[in-house]
Amino acid sequence: MALDPKTIETAGDELFEAWGANATLAPLRDRYDGIDIVDAYRIQERFIARRLEQGARIVGKKIGVTSKAVQEMIGVFEPDFGQLTADMQFEDGSTLDLDQLIQPKAEAEIAFVLKEDLNGPGITPVDVLRATDHVRACFEIVDSRIDDWDIRIQDTVADNASCGVYVLGEDRIDPRDVDLTLAGLLVEKNGEPCATGVGAAVQGSPVNAVVWLANTLGKLGMPFKAGEVILSGSLAPLIPVADGDELVAHIGGIGSCTARFAKLGGAQAGAASTKESANA
Amino acid sequence: MLDAATLDTIATQVAEAQAAPHTMPKLTDDFPGLDVEGGYDVQDRLLARWSADGRELIGYKAGLTSKAKMEQMGVTEPSFGILMRDFVDCEGSVIPTGGMIHPRVEAEIAFLMKDELAGPDVTIEEILDATEFVQPAIEILDSRFEKFKFDLASVIADNGSAARFVLGGRPRRPRDLDLRTIGLVLERNGEIAALASSGAVLGHPAEAIRMMVSWLHSRGRTLPAGSVVLTGGATEAIPVEAGDAVFARFQDMGEISVRFA
Repeated sequence: MALDPKTIETAGDELFEAWGANATLAPLRDRYDGIDIVDAYRIQERFIARRLEQGARIVGKKIGVTSKAVQEMIGVFEPDFGQLTADMQFEDGSTLDLDQLIQPKAEAEIAFVLKEDLNGPGITPVDVLRATDHVRACFEIVDSRIDDWDIRIQDTVADNASCGVYVLGEDRIDPRDVDLTLAGLLVEKNGEPCATGVGAAVQGSPVNAVVWLANTLGKLGMPFKAGEVILSGSLAPLIPVADGDELVAHIGGIGSCTARFAKLGGAQAGAASTKESANA
Repeated sequence: MLDAATLDTIATQVAEAQAAPHTMPKLTDDFPGLDVEGGYDVQDRLLARWSADGRELIGYKAGLTSKAKMEQMGVTEPSFGILMRDFVDCEGSVIPTGGMIHPRVEAEIAFLMKDELAGPDVTIEEILDATEFVQPAIEILDSRFEKFKFDLASVIADNGSAARFVLGGRPRRPRDLDLRTIGLVLERNGEIAALASSGAVLGHPAEAIRMMVSWLHSRGRTLPAGSVVLTGGATEAIPVEAGDAVFARFQDMGEISVRFA
């Protein structure tokens, strides 16, 4: 049973406030009887709308639930998506403020940057490759506004697909110069190997994840524009992070991305700035 | 420490379990004094026995090279084993499973050495200098222990579960690749069975060779020019049976296809 518009608004506002206060909520699925995935996307829309009111700007999308292991864990056999805003983006080598995140974990991914609009449905892999300006190594720092990451698909979708912030690697590679399916990943944490993976872990190929996104957005009538960044899904299992950690992702044929983590007390620009205005 | 006669007895038991494939209880059940060094002493006896039969040593393998497997076995360095020329099957071939007990496959990177490596502490750079080429490999493992129940000393005495291996795909110069990040996809009957990158082996597969040369040195040996080295499974081992088709894809190194009958 679909939730009524008032309830959708309430749930979206709750998530927005939790995000601004670095707080967590009890799972929505236990509190909003009958909540389904469609409701969850409407709650996400409300959550993002509140951030846009505060001056945030949409710059792309993230794709989640792309690996077989995660799909089996939550019993949903397709990906989900969330919105990226400009204040979530950090440069290669940035130090991320753990005081602005709640329960962060890192995912090493391949980011796509579009040079043409992708208007689904009907998009195929060849359309995605043609519309891709370049790919880059990246870290998505996922975070959950739900208590202890106790999520099912409705909770994570409503919570903007558990997106926190992201770091884009500096190297930009033309998709014609790399085999995205076989691009191998090694993540080093504080200089020691800590995770490995490969492009095929994401829906068989990261390109397939972007195809899914383009067609899903098309069906929903949502824009997918030139210039947008797409985080295509994690190549390896989630990596826990703590104060003082340095993570480096090396992706074969693409390049590397470095993210550092420290407790900066919320004084950082970027993600912090919109959070402060949200709290004001 | 086991005496020479006991090590001979163990070597005979292992050689027979491998030749007319049958399982045995883990060796430390019957020979509680068997330790890692004793396991390698058994390997030496296997090599002597096989050489006397006219079989030829062509290289070495590293096993337990991934962090997950090391943690599982409670060890901090890989295990090593010997590779005989008659272990080799060709790319595209049909491999009979009749000669094996419970075969499993792993995808990994093989090194072909052009120069000898010796000493307690060779560097990664020296290893790359001494390498003729690297190539994709599928290793077929077959533990001779009942229900895969074994400990480190037993698996070493069983020559690191070595059975067969296949080299194929594209030979590459090691410095033309980033050997930390070669993506690997292992498919069984058209479905993805395992995913990894080459860095799953100690961060860089040459690291397994560094440890191997040091191990050889500790036993008074070297890694000879011309050796084939299997650096250890980057993926987990996947069970196979007669009728299965296995296909391994390696980033920028091609692929290997084999079938089992």
